[in-house]
Amino acid sequence: MTDDVDADKTAPSVTEAVRAATADISQPVRDVGLIVGVLFGVYALFAVFVFNQGLNSVVSTLRVVTFFIAVYAMLALALNLQWGYTGLFNIGVAGFMAVGVYTMGILAGDPAGSPPGLGLPLPFAIVAGMAAAAFVGLLTALPALRLRADYLAIVTLGISEIIRLTLNSGALNSWLIETVGIGTGAGSGMGLPSFSARGLFYVDGSTANQTALAEVVFAVTGPLGIRESVVIAWAYVFVLIVFVVGFYVLLARIGNSPFGRVLKSIREDELVASSLGKHTQLFKIKVFMLGCALMGLAGILWQGSQGFVSPNSFMPIVTFYVFVALIIGGSGSNTGSVVGAIVFVGLLFEGPRRAGGALSDALAFTANPNTSWEALTLVVSGEPLALFAYATDNISALQFVLLGVVLIVLMQKRPEGLLGHRNETAAAVPLTEQTRSIRGGESDEQ
Amino acid sequence: MSSDDVTADALATDATGDLSAPPESQDSPVERAAATTPPAVPLRVTNLKKTFGGITAVDDMSFSVESGSITGLIGPNGAGKSTTFNLISGALTPDSGTVYFNGQDITGLRPDQIATRGMVRTFQIARELPEMTVLENLMLAPKNQIGETLWRSVLPGVRGSVIEQETELREQAWETLEFFEIDHLATNEAGTLSGGQQKLLEMARALMTDPELVLLDEPMAGVNPSLERKILDRIHRLQEDGLTFLLVEHDMDVIMQHCEHVIVMHQGRLLAEGEPDTIRSNERVIEAYLGEDLE
Repeated sequence: MTDDVDADKTAPSVTEAVRAATADISQPVRDVGLIVGVLFGVYALFAVFVFNQGLNSVVSTLRVVTFFIAVYAMLALALNLQWGYTGLFNIGVAGFMAVGVYTMGILAGDPAGSPPGLGLPLPFAIVAGMAAAAFVGLLTALPALRLRADYLAIVTLGISEIIRLTLNSGALNSWLIETVGIGTGAGSGMGLPSFSARGLFYVDGSTANQTALAEVVFAVTGPLGIRESVVIAWAYVFVLIVFVVGFYVLLARIGNSPFGRVLKSIREDELVASSLGKHTQLFKIKVFMLGCALMGLAGILWQGSQGFVSPNSFMPIVTFYVFVALIIGGSGSNTGSVVGAIVFVGLLFEGPRRAGGALSDALAFTANPNTSWEALTLVVSGEPLALFAYATDNISALQFVLLGVVLIVLMQKRPEGLLGHRNETAAAVPLTEQTRSIRGGESDEQ
Repeated sequence: MSSDDVTADALATDATGDLSAPPESQDSPVERAAATTPPAVPLRVTNLKKTFGGITAVDDMSFSVESGSITGLIGPNGAGKSTTFNLISGALTPDSGTVYFNGQDITGLRPDQIATRGMVRTFQIARELPEMTVLENLMLAPKNQIGETLWRSVLPGVRGSVIEQETELREQAWETLEFFEIDHLATNEAGTLSGGQQKLLEMARALMTDPELVLLDEPMAGVNPSLERKILDRIHRLQEDGLTFLLVEHDMDVIMQHCEHVIVMHQGRLLAEGEPDTIRSNERVIEAYLGEDLE
């Protein structure tokens, strides 16, 4: 009990101390510092897990982690626009991603492929994918936004599952191929035009013919023992990071504007907003469509890089993960969305698996029980590590337990998330106390 | 600490007198409202009716509000005052009857359409936007904000004009806060304000929409006497600048002392209408309302 009280007392004072120490650093610099700091903290953790397997392995592991951080950061930012800013409870994120990815896949797919596509240029297909996601968002929003928030949630979840099951339908796929000449691939999935940064490194895709950039980069990475394929994969992750920055800037601009101010007021009290002359329905529809388009784009950048997609990639659990990332970071804060994505992927999504692998390698368990009962009997019979070995073997199941525990603790100790309840100014100009003295000074001169 | 404490001094010193001085206050909502001369009867309601299930909340209500007046709407609890407000402001749609604003039929329009036309309301229980600062609350309200268009807020290049307008709005917001003497709270989150301060915030925010007619739903409910004086003083000063007020109020003394015209409702119907003195001596009113009060 006393421990609890002490912990509660020291925690804010540490935060205060940090705040005091960084008081004269501007907010954007602090935000970037925070994101980079948390990111490198997670990197350090993963480097520890795999450092004994050599530098190539470390770099490759960090690439996978960064890839997932980037896609979850994009999705969390898009959801933040809808839920964090406007209070629109969209639990159909996966469905809107699916619309984006499949539209892109069908439009850009090879006409001779299986399933056949339309063979249109990729940039066009990507934009069309976003537009399609926005359009489905509109169809969802029109009836649902008139209802209360919880109904919107149910409708979006339903739509998301309808989309996934429709794409999964073999009957629809063969009907489409027969009548229109294009298909979804149904349960066996669909090949996608592969997104890769290979073009930056190899001329005409031949490994023998390197570009100038490749020569410079490989000259550094080669001697370090990092494989070329890993470097190329990293290059794509950098492209994703550029998109994350783009999402962030877009959302920050929306937030710091009269448009964002109306969104915030809708979240707080919609009747007030409309009583002050704001056509709230229109704002909600616009923001819902934009958020869905961004989710479609994030889905395209994610799945496109794997060259293949199937309806199984859009299970409701994906939506749940995006919500976890946003809740951890603090809904309403863009920096929080990114930090939340880093923490979620680092500590809850990829972390436990890697940690389990690293532990079982390091400890080289002698006992390998197959069931928890077997493990318990071994512990009783004098093999204390058996239960631990069992746990690390089944870490992916335990991951969900960990996720639940983290969420419960977070909801109790810090329901607003790591960076929640941070007031990002809802205006295009600063709204500090100083802005009054500026005004007062001017009127004195007159 | 709270604005309530400084009320007495503030009333004595005319800190916001510059609002009526033309040079720097041309942007103030009050001035602009005064500049336009509204028709003599901005609000007219005829045969308004609203039922909820089997209960008739408002029945055949007809009345009008004269330009530049403070009109009081009174009645015992459950008389249908707030429902009438909701019908006028568009929060509810009447079953039958018509609401005219400046001669135009506005029945069944959305609340935002009505607010945009120059009739703005406050709420019985203050509805501040709790996680927005006081300044943000105020800057939300003005009409015709170019930055409320998505692309203007986002695209580089065009944002300059948004910033220009925002600077003006910020100035106007500071002015309005000073008028209501809550400028010291400008950067606080609205949710941290006391009940009385939230009432002032709501009035300030409503004023930022540059209205002709303000519907105030019990602006003095749960407010201490000194703050009540302050609110009444502001209402009168805005009235002098040309604003029209329709006021729902429980306190008979307030209504009798401060309104030119009083409308009495009872059981959803219009019971009496007229000047405070005639209402005071109206036997049906005494029976329905004052009688209850005396018990």
